[in-house]
Amino acid sequence: MGRRVLITGLQSFWGGRVAQALEGNPDVDVIVGLDTDEPTLPLERTEFVRADQSYSILSRIVRATQVDTILHTFLVVDSTRVSSRTLHEQNVIGTMNLLAAAGASGSSVRHVVVKSSTLVYGSSWQDPVWFREELPRVAPAQSRVERSLVEVESYLRDFAEDNPHVTVTLLRFANVLGTDISTPITRALQLPLVPCVFGFDPMIQFVEEDDVVRAIEFVTNAGLPGVYNVAGDGRLPWSEVAAICGKRLAPLPPTGTSLAAAAMAPLGVELPPELLDLLRYGRGVDNRRLKQAGFDYRYTSAGAVASFAQAVRLRRTVGSPRPSYRYEQDVEQFFRHSPAVIRDPAGT
Amino acid sequence: MLVPLPRPTPESPTLEDPRLSDVDEWGRSEHMRELARTLYDPVYRHWFRAEWEGLEKIPVEGGALLVANHAAALPSDAPVIMHGIETELQRRVYGLADHLFKAVPVVGTLWSRVGGVAAHPENAYRLLREQQQLVLVFPEGSKGPGKLYEERYKLRRFGRGGFVEIAMRAGVPVVPIAVVGAEESMPIVAKLPGLARTLGLPYAPITANMLLLGPLGGLIYLPAKFRLRVLDPIRFDVPPDQDRYSKSRIMDEAESIRVQLQETLYDMLRNRRSVWFG
Repeated sequence: MGRRVLITGLQSFWGGRVAQALEGNPDVDVIVGLDTDEPTLPLERTEFVRADQSYSILSRIVRATQVDTILHTFLVVDSTRVSSRTLHEQNVIGTMNLLAAAGASGSSVRHVVVKSSTLVYGSSWQDPVWFREELPRVAPAQSRVERSLVEVESYLRDFAEDNPHVTVTLLRFANVLGTDISTPITRALQLPLVPCVFGFDPMIQFVEEDDVVRAIEFVTNAGLPGVYNVAGDGRLPWSEVAAICGKRLAPLPPTGTSLAAAAMAPLGVELPPELLDLLRYGRGVDNRRLKQAGFDYRYTSAGAVASFAQAVRLRRTVGSPRPSYRYEQDVEQFFRHSPAVIRDPAGT
Repeated sequence: MLVPLPRPTPESPTLEDPRLSDVDEWGRSEHMRELARTLYDPVYRHWFRAEWEGLEKIPVEGGALLVANHAAALPSDAPVIMHGIETELQRRVYGLADHLFKAVPVVGTLWSRVGGVAAHPENAYRLLREQQQLVLVFPEGSKGPGKLYEERYKLRRFGRGGFVEIAMRAGVPVVPIAVVGAEESMPIVAKLPGLARTLGLPYAPITANMLLLGPLGGLIYLPAKFRLRVLDPIRFDVPPDQDRYSKSRIMDEAESIRVQLQETLYDMLRNRRSVWFG
């Protein structure tokens, strides 16, 4: 009896990639994906269902499809992408609906994996150098995205306690760098001058794109309960990150940094408050718990930066190497449901 | 429920780590440290003329928590101790300092590059237990440097003995170091509590250096002779990695170390003929 998986955020950078990774796994029978917009990656056997931001349709889908695993990749971690109301709606209300659906009586869900972020630890001058999973944040969250993620994690904790028959895995990912992803940090590293805060050269930790997808796959297959930090080995100073990307730094003033950052906004430079904190104090998380559970990283923090720098260089010369994909409803329905299509028993 | 077994380490390949600088996980850079040693050496040898006694008591390998008395408005003892141990014993020393350093631009980063680490128990544990490094800590905290000149060499309370708990949990010995000379290198003659409160500083001093040298006096030390005596390492017969240790035992040990350091300081002061020449 194979696994039946529901992926939230199919259109998001991670949902589509996780779905692609799972499609190659013969143990997974059914993959259903939810999002407000169509997927941007070609998928072979994942069903796409359009939902609203708060996922109110989720409980009906869970009941109807009897999924046993939910991969929640829908959490917004990049506060520059959506408005603050959408952020709250999507993160908090969306997760509440998801947990309600998963915990409803008669629900078939037995495993919930949530992709969270090391943003929940915050970035302050009183931090320890390495955050282990048990350590709390030093000061209460100030920025909107951090507050919403902390709230989501607290709901998840309550859910795990109330539903001991469900395996709950919480993955906290460090800042991601890689070939395709676009985040405020990647955009900052592609400016002619990379912003920094004058007098501060913080130590930053990264995780590579591919390691993120592999980590989600790993905990899903292994059914590991608990909280895990997912980040590459080592930290490197921001100045070195810019140097690996072949860029120079432009300092922002140490006092009134947020004013200076706001002044740069019309130039297209987005520096949300949590990024400004990171550029001042950095952050480190201890990644050994996931390694001890058997996961092997393929990239260190410096390796992730190098991978990103290489991709930028390639893109600058030949553009994006991958053809862009457009979701066509009729075409996808044909591939999945038409009797004319012969399903390859090996699993295409 | 099956417990996932960790895979044996020989299987995991060493990953490529394309670093450009030698800044380690604590922010310390050996290159910067070498530069700092080259620049500081004249100060160490000819200005402060630091002389050590008992350096052989510092362990050659393995972790140890070095504790010393703390003085001078802008503490001069930490660089002297770190420089001395690094040049004489070729062992690196990480200095634990108040988190406040991290919040200061430029100075905070420089301090981190030469081996300064924020004084968080997690950091201390990792440095001592897992990485077996030498860690320098000043249990008096900012109370030590904040003393007025007339209270010099009278050790303040060693906090709540946190340093003893750190050493117990990490399973490393405590090595006390008595420092004579720092008090006179930048003595505080008066303090401005109102200004300190406004600026959020532990103290706002008026030093003899400022009175003698004007505004530059904030940065130039008086050439007091430094003598440093290392006392016997103190090993606690408790198992490491416990969740809690007996608070009364911790306070007793901390007080006994303070008394030991105090007695040593009095002994060294009795034999000191001159502040400037030893």
